[in-house]
Amino acid sequence: MPWSKIKPELNEPDYNNLTGHNNRIIPYAEGIREALDQALSLDGDVFVMGQGVDDPSSMFGSTLNLHEKYGRERVFDTPLAENGLTGIAVGAAIGGMRPVYFHNRPDFLLLAMDQIVNHASKWHYMFGGAVNVPLVIWACIGRGWGSAAQHSQALQGLFMHIPGLKLVMPSTCYDAKGLMLSSIADNNPVIILEHRYNFRHKGFAPEEPYRIPIGKGIVRKQGKDITVIAASYMVTEAYNAALELAKDGMDVEVIDLRTLRPLDEELILTSVKKTGRVVLADTGWKTGGITAEISALIVEKGFAFLKAPVVRVACPDVPTPACYTLEDAFYAGVPEIMAAVVKALNYI
Amino acid sequence: MKFSRETLLMLYHDMLRIRNVQLRIESLYHLDEMKTPIHLCIGQEAIAVGVCSNLNREDYISSNHRSHGHYLAKGGDLKKLIAELYCRETGCSRGRGGSMHLVDTSVGHVGSSSIVGGGIPIGAGLALAIQMKKQNRVSVVFLGDGAADEGVLYESINFAMLKKLPVVYIYENNQFSVCSRVSIRKIGENIFHATPSEHMFTETVDGNNVLEVHEAAREAVLRARNGQGPSFIECKTYRIRGHAGAGSDADLGYRSAEEIRSWESKCPVATFCEELLKKGLIMQNDITDMERQINIEIDEAFLFAHESPLPKEEHILQYLFSE
Repeated sequence: MPWSKIKPELNEPDYNNLTGHNNRIIPYAEGIREALDQALSLDGDVFVMGQGVDDPSSMFGSTLNLHEKYGRERVFDTPLAENGLTGIAVGAAIGGMRPVYFHNRPDFLLLAMDQIVNHASKWHYMFGGAVNVPLVIWACIGRGWGSAAQHSQALQGLFMHIPGLKLVMPSTCYDAKGLMLSSIADNNPVIILEHRYNFRHKGFAPEEPYRIPIGKGIVRKQGKDITVIAASYMVTEAYNAALELAKDGMDVEVIDLRTLRPLDEELILTSVKKTGRVVLADTGWKTGGITAEISALIVEKGFAFLKAPVVRVACPDVPTPACYTLEDAFYAGVPEIMAAVVKALNYI
Repeated sequence: MKFSRETLLMLYHDMLRIRNVQLRIESLYHLDEMKTPIHLCIGQEAIAVGVCSNLNREDYISSNHRSHGHYLAKGGDLKKLIAELYCRETGCSRGRGGSMHLVDTSVGHVGSSSIVGGGIPIGAGLALAIQMKKQNRVSVVFLGDGAADEGVLYESINFAMLKKLPVVYIYENNQFSVCSRVSIRKIGENIFHATPSEHMFTETVDGNNVLEVHEAAREAVLRARNGQGPSFIECKTYRIRGHAGAGSDADLGYRSAEEIRSWESKCPVATFCEELLKKGLIMQNDITDMERQINIEIDEAFLFAHESPLPKEEHILQYLFSE
């Protein structure tokens, strides 16, 4: 796969049997682009900024040609000054605008942590509710083709730690569009962490604008033996693993978290109560990551339901290596999830 | 520029009021009832007043940890300020912010940051919102010499010049970041290490002279309102008190008592008062009356704070998110 271009050649998992029934199937990036187009059209306070939002690669196609339709006052390229520009977006949000700030890679959000963590996430609480910061920050986690240690970090664990931030990680085209529209309409700072591999997909999404509630997950596949909880691209891997395991008679439930903060605790605990066995799968590191947090939640609030220890599937605690042999060792997917499910099911 | 007597008395009144509020806070701080770190701006009143006297109610300010003067000069509610220092539910930030995090959106004060330099880009962002919404407003950012060490200043100013934003940066050079003198943190007097940019109006003034500050700020605010872009005004001044807390810190030894005394003799409030007296624009009994009125207002604010309820423990999670 070329590094700078991603072709939407695959169909995303057909969770609801929607393909082949005259439903509209569009590339993943087009779902995001359409959400932005509709938000810009419906609300004059919305604007889109980021390094390269108006260039030919246009955030993997997510912002393609929006500057031509809405002008460079509302869709504009920015200097390479992530902290300053995040603060400017925060100020604009306080001043009544609804900025959407795009970044190619979450790695660069680390340059803006002061404004994200010290400012955006604090402003509403710290001033007793007097001020809102309706800001969306979007970044796409890289993977593959030697992206290496500084262009592939899945930092959801870091952001999930911060009170005052909402954290969204879509896995389908439908969700990428609906969650973008919800994030823009939200009166709080929302971080959307995308995943590069989602952009290989095409999927169903209706043309009209719609919103998906932030803070609610969804069951992608019903099952009674074990629950696999995942987010973002890992949901695709989990679902494909579940289909494989079904051939051997294992009935796996797959939960797509959609939103990591607020976290849909009820959905998780209801499923754990039903199955009693859990595998957690994430695109990020294991230590201090989202699988750690959700494990703790299950132990605290669902211990009595558990028939086996939780099994985690996550990246090993090392920086991402460049070489493809090491990349293969670094990333987990269908085989690791299948092995984890078998391990959890075999525990007596 | 010729000032009306009314304007001169207003400038004096506003400086005296900020000074007396701070002296009262300082005199009561040892009781440990105001359980929040205070950063007094004694000796810097002319800057807040000289700048804010050019602003309308709906203009924005972005402030920092040394924020009491900015808040009051912009018209922030005094009772809510004192209640915030006592961490009361009636405080401007409902007791969630404390001394360093003041807000009064009814007068364009949209919150102060205690991360040094944190408010710098936010002020530019407010100016971006003004520009996009085509509003007749300006955005003023107060920053100190510590904040001018931060890279975010250059990021923000570049963007403000690029977009010709209606933002005015007021650089209060009080010569210290905690105990660290500006001369050991910066090379030379000119923080840009360059001649003034043609894309930004710059001026350096005596920050202890309220009329000088007012004049420079007037020009900057006018330019912002006319779409002529950002300004940067350096106000040279001196931090009379220690970095935080009440009282003098002359005993710490990082600066001499003589140095502090020499700046105390340039007190912006007292020197302006003498000038007004000398010109016969004000009489001693006017000053006495003014001070009496101010002190009544301060008494009422402290009473209000004392009588106000504290936030309730069960509301710990309130205000995390806006609906």
